[in-house]
Amino acid sequence: MAIAVLVLARTRNLFSVVVLAGIYSFLMGAVLVALDAVDVAMTEASVGAGVSTVLLLSALALCRSREARPGERPWLPLAVAATTGAMLVYGTLGLPPFSDPDAPIHTHVVPRYLQDGPQEAGVPNIVAAVLASYRGYDTLGETTVVFTAGVGVIVLLRRLRRAKDTA
Amino acid sequence: MSQFGPFSYAITIFLMVAGLYIVIARNNLIKKLVGLSIFQTAVYLLYIVPGKLIGGTAPIVAEGYDTYSNPLPHVLILTAIVVGIATLALGLALVVRIHEAFGTIEEDDILREEHAPR
Repeated sequence: MAIAVLVLARTRNLFSVVVLAGIYSFLMGAVLVALDAVDVAMTEASVGAGVSTVLLLSALALCRSREARPGERPWLPLAVAATTGAMLVYGTLGLPPFSDPDAPIHTHVVPRYLQDGPQEAGVPNIVAAVLASYRGYDTLGETTVVFTAGVGVIVLLRRLRRAKDTA
Repeated sequence: MSQFGPFSYAITIFLMVAGLYIVIARNNLIKKLVGLSIFQTAVYLLYIVPGKLIGGTAPIVAEGYDTYSNPLPHVLILTAIVVGIATLALGLALVVRIHEAFGTIEEDDILREEHAPR
């Protein structure tokens, strides 16, 4: 995965950048399966590797598919990125150890979800139960975001078509 | 297995920093968007990794299993993936419009054209 990202940063042909991004998403899906997040992995494989590749390719079809030149003066962004990385490393030092059952993430509300979820929501899949039942308002907000984005895309691309008609 | 924790954090941070670098350093707008989605996937990892319990299974309740990985980050990240694809679609639509208006998707060319006297 890291190799895919490195090649991606160096490549200037945007078509291979998009294909590499798809490969990267599939690898991420495989990692998520290994981490027991099957629902997330399924979404990542279909949305991340499927839909976003299609979107990027269709945008490429409308634009030029080659990056003109590598950016000049890479030192400032490199310094910013390195500083952020150092701060993140410092932050991870305070996190609880991996797979510790007593970590706060495993003791807060989740035991209740796992214990009462099947009775209260009626589905054995706790992810679906939390998504649609316990945190249903989150999902409502999410669909609002997606709707707004869809409206925005339609408005932007309709103006494009009208400009083409008049030209 | 005690080595896996630092290793996974290292991978996550590397991906995050690489995405950030692509967003800042590259001039091409489509490549910036790809970098943005790499940054997002790094955030997915950061959320999912602490939820894993060794010996646990996926959080689908069934007979014979009593250890499950934490379902809450999975839910949050499902939402994040969908919002991320919405952001990507909107950004690409903006890029297509910019390409229509300026004839280029390179950031410095756009800036030069903006400041050039007409």
